[in-house]
Amino acid sequence: MTLLLIVLLPLLGTLVPLIGIRAGRTYCAWLTALLPAVALGITLYLAPLVFSGNVPQFFLPWIPQLDLHLALRLDGLSLLFVLLILGIGLLIILYARYYLSEQDSMGRFYAYLMLFMTSMLGIVTSNNLLLLWFFWELTSLSSFLLIGFWSHQSDARKGARMALTVTGAGGLSLLAGFLLLGQIVGTMDLSVVLQSGDQVRSSPYYLYALVLILLGAFTKSAQFPFQFWLPKAMAAPTPVSAYLHSATMVKAGVFLLARMFPVLAGTDLWFYFVALTGLVTLLYGAYFALLKQDLKGVLAFSTISHLGLITMLFGLNSPMAAVAGVFHIINHATFKASLFMAAGIVDHECGTRDIRKLNGLWRYMPYTTALATIAAASMAGVPLLNGFLSKEMFLSESLDAHMLGGLSWLIPALATLGSVLSAAYSLRFIHDVFFNGEPKNLPKKPHEPPRYMRLPIEILILLCIVVGLFPSSTVSGLLNAAVTAVVPAGYEPEIDLAIWHGFNLPLLMSAIALGGGILVYALRHYIYNFHRQFRSQDPNVIFEASTQAIVRVAQQAIDRFENGSLQRYMFWLLLTALGFSAYGLIESPRLSGNLPAQSIDWAVAVGAGMLCLSGLATVFFHRRRLISLIMLSVVGMLVSLAFARFSAPDLALTQLAVEVVTMILLMLALFFLPQKTPKESSGRRIMRDVLLAGAFGGVVASLNYAVLTRPLQSISSFFLENSVPGGGGHNVVNVILVDFRGFDTLGEITVLGIAGLAIFKLLNRLKLFMPSSDMEGRPWSPERFPAILASMAQSLLPLALLVSVFIFLRGHNLPGGGFIAGLVAAATLILLYMARGVEWAQQRLDFQFQPIAVAGVLIATLTGLGSWVFGYPFLTSAFGHFHIPLIGDVELATALLFDLGVYLTVVGATLMILANLGKVTTPHRPSKEKR
Amino acid sequence: MLDVAIRISTGLFMLALIFNLYRVLAGPSMPDRIAALDTMYVNSIGLIIIFGIWLNSKLYFEAALLIAMLGFISTVAVCKYLLRGDIIE
Repeated sequence: MTLLLIVLLPLLGTLVPLIGIRAGRTYCAWLTALLPAVALGITLYLAPLVFSGNVPQFFLPWIPQLDLHLALRLDGLSLLFVLLILGIGLLIILYARYYLSEQDSMGRFYAYLMLFMTSMLGIVTSNNLLLLWFFWELTSLSSFLLIGFWSHQSDARKGARMALTVTGAGGLSLLAGFLLLGQIVGTMDLSVVLQSGDQVRSSPYYLYALVLILLGAFTKSAQFPFQFWLPKAMAAPTPVSAYLHSATMVKAGVFLLARMFPVLAGTDLWFYFVALTGLVTLLYGAYFALLKQDLKGVLAFSTISHLGLITMLFGLNSPMAAVAGVFHIINHATFKASLFMAAGIVDHECGTRDIRKLNGLWRYMPYTTALATIAAASMAGVPLLNGFLSKEMFLSESLDAHMLGGLSWLIPALATLGSVLSAAYSLRFIHDVFFNGEPKNLPKKPHEPPRYMRLPIEILILLCIVVGLFPSSTVSGLLNAAVTAVVPAGYEPEIDLAIWHGFNLPLLMSAIALGGGILVYALRHYIYNFHRQFRSQDPNVIFEASTQAIVRVAQQAIDRFENGSLQRYMFWLLLTALGFSAYGLIESPRLSGNLPAQSIDWAVAVGAGMLCLSGLATVFFHRRRLISLIMLSVVGMLVSLAFARFSAPDLALTQLAVEVVTMILLMLALFFLPQKTPKESSGRRIMRDVLLAGAFGGVVASLNYAVLTRPLQSISSFFLENSVPGGGGHNVVNVILVDFRGFDTLGEITVLGIAGLAIFKLLNRLKLFMPSSDMEGRPWSPERFPAILASMAQSLLPLALLVSVFIFLRGHNLPGGGFIAGLVAAATLILLYMARGVEWAQQRLDFQFQPIAVAGVLIATLTGLGSWVFGYPFLTSAFGHFHIPLIGDVELATALLFDLGVYLTVVGATLMILANLGKVTTPHRPSKEKR
Repeated sequence: MLDVAIRISTGLFMLALIFNLYRVLAGPSMPDRIAALDTMYVNSIGLIIIFGIWLNSKLYFEAALLIAMLGFISTVAVCKYLLRGDIIE
């Protein structure tokens, strides 16, 4: 549980700065630092446990079906990283307090930073592969927010996007790799995976898992050829660069290498992929660090180079090299974070990061100069500083690499070359910026930064020196603990952290590195001139161009299918359906099944013929809309006759009610459209559509025939058997609607209610043009409300409402139900509107329809919720028989209440739509006509 | 006896429906089509009632009742549309 707090406290901490900013900027920083400080305290409290060889764990099941659990572990490697993340994170919080200007939203910045801290802590403490990946993606997202913090700058936006794209793509690859790894081992539990190294390495999928996981690690740690995003991410505020791009996020990749070392390392493949990538990155980064004119650019490329160095160490497949790798992670984090912060101070106080302008700053900021010089010396590998120790271990390990056979001497040679370049750019960083003449055209007059802005650097430099002087008494315990987690049990090397190993080859290589570095720096102008021959390519341009090309291709592909044409969508939809169902029919051996055909009922045959004819007529008259509409109602009527003939009175009733309401709706809308549509389709197009429709109709008819002639086992028998005992109703259709599939119905009436409200809102205050005569130019009839119709409608109203209530009440046992009854009631009320007009009707029906629709949905929902009160699942229905005097035995079910909700929703929504659509023109009727 | 009567009347109603459909299709004027549609509703009421008598079921009476009522409403709507354009004013 204490382990969970380490991750949980910073997560809670994301909220602190958002609230704390109201107390002022300094308080905000202190409050933000509080929770990570507590987490750090907890970590230190747990540290002795880890040192003694225990691995505290935490386990909480999350989604067992996916083998995803909230499982945490704190082994030595995790402990090391947790200390780095929290320790440097606290220093960064302090530093950012002084770095951020008044215009920057400090609360937002700290919130992003804490989110990032949480995800980083999650990565290093996860004990589940999927959970690790989850936090991995979270770092990509939160670093996107941090890099793009100054979102008004185009560079920041582009840099953030590029970082997200590259690391996000790597994250997907990592997920694939982890899934493969989980398949090989059979579990996502990291503790088990770590024990199964041999099983993984001998698996046939090893190569794929290795490549996919390495892609994830290399993109995150900016290894060649994915290094290009890191320099672009320097558009971030400097505290972000110091935190993400030196100490933590880019270390997630090498952390992954260390984490997977017991599982994946030890093979030749691992060496070739990891060590050689690391070597190339080391040299590439070091060379470009020498050339960059931007202060942070130099640091970015040197970070790439050092990440390459660490990667190479892990790739060398020897336990001692892994120790050196872990050690260099610590050292690099300390000196690089302090260098970034120093660069931030220079930028902050001088207003520029251009090395060509910055010169001789030691006169203005001597203290910062001293701190930066020590950090850079550590980076160069000067003795008595921590950088020297790990670099010498690196050089000595490079001598032991024999994987390249006869060419193995290349490895130490190139490693030395990398160190030479490293010393050279470190020297350049110090000499060009702080010495070497006077500053040129600085936007600001430089001076020392605020006291507390320097404090984080001082603490880190102190660490550099102390570790450099007394390595065995300071870090060897932590290193030992970390190494037991990385190196397979029994192979732990004897860690000998001494400054002096006597005169040996690595010492000579170190000396060559430092001497060579000075020489290269002295001759740097030759290198600049040499490099000037190459045309520099901005990765941003390439990246943006390729992104845009991908988007363009995708857009073209979308346009082919989704061009906004309804006809096109229908075409594709029908063609696909046709393809699949035709294929299914071709697969079946014969069309007709075993069932004997029924004898032909001539009345049905004639009806079917009429149905076809009126369907065709609907299409034929489609350009004369009113006739087409009349043909459509003929179709509807014939279909409901067919339903009645084949013993589905429920469907027949519903079909009729829907038919009428639809017709009224269409006519209301039709009034505002031209009465005739122009000829739109060409002959070829009509041909195509007729062919497609004909083929589709033929296939559907064949399919129907095939299904009807075969014995069918459907789920309907379940409903027939359970309708009375389970739902208390004899009308199976209604019991299905309000009980078995009640949740569906609830969703449907909710949609209906929302649609009604949306239409009400859309029609609000709409004014439409109204034609003053019909399509043949005749003026409208002067009589608005014929007297016969009005009296007929009024006398029909009570009868129709009675029918509606009757159909509603008996719906549970006989054909009927809330939906049909609601439509009947709505249609009758609409008749009243037609006969008497909106004004008259609204005076007498003085209530709004919106509350009725909403009340309907509420009643249905509450009925469902009511079953919770009695401890049953949502929408469980209850029913019973009651004896009421005079009326007799009555069955009441909660389903009836639910059905009442359906009824009210249907009435409310239908009237809301129709009456409001009708109202659109009423106030604007032309006054030409006689009253 | 009843069986024969039902067959004959079903046939007659179907014939009526066919004539109605012809009138709906042929027109020529809009009121012709509307009158034909309304007559179709009436004839289908007859068909459903006969079917109910044949099956000896009371349920079909209600379907017929609904057709009578809703068919009336839809005829009114189309007529109102012809006369005034705006059916709810």
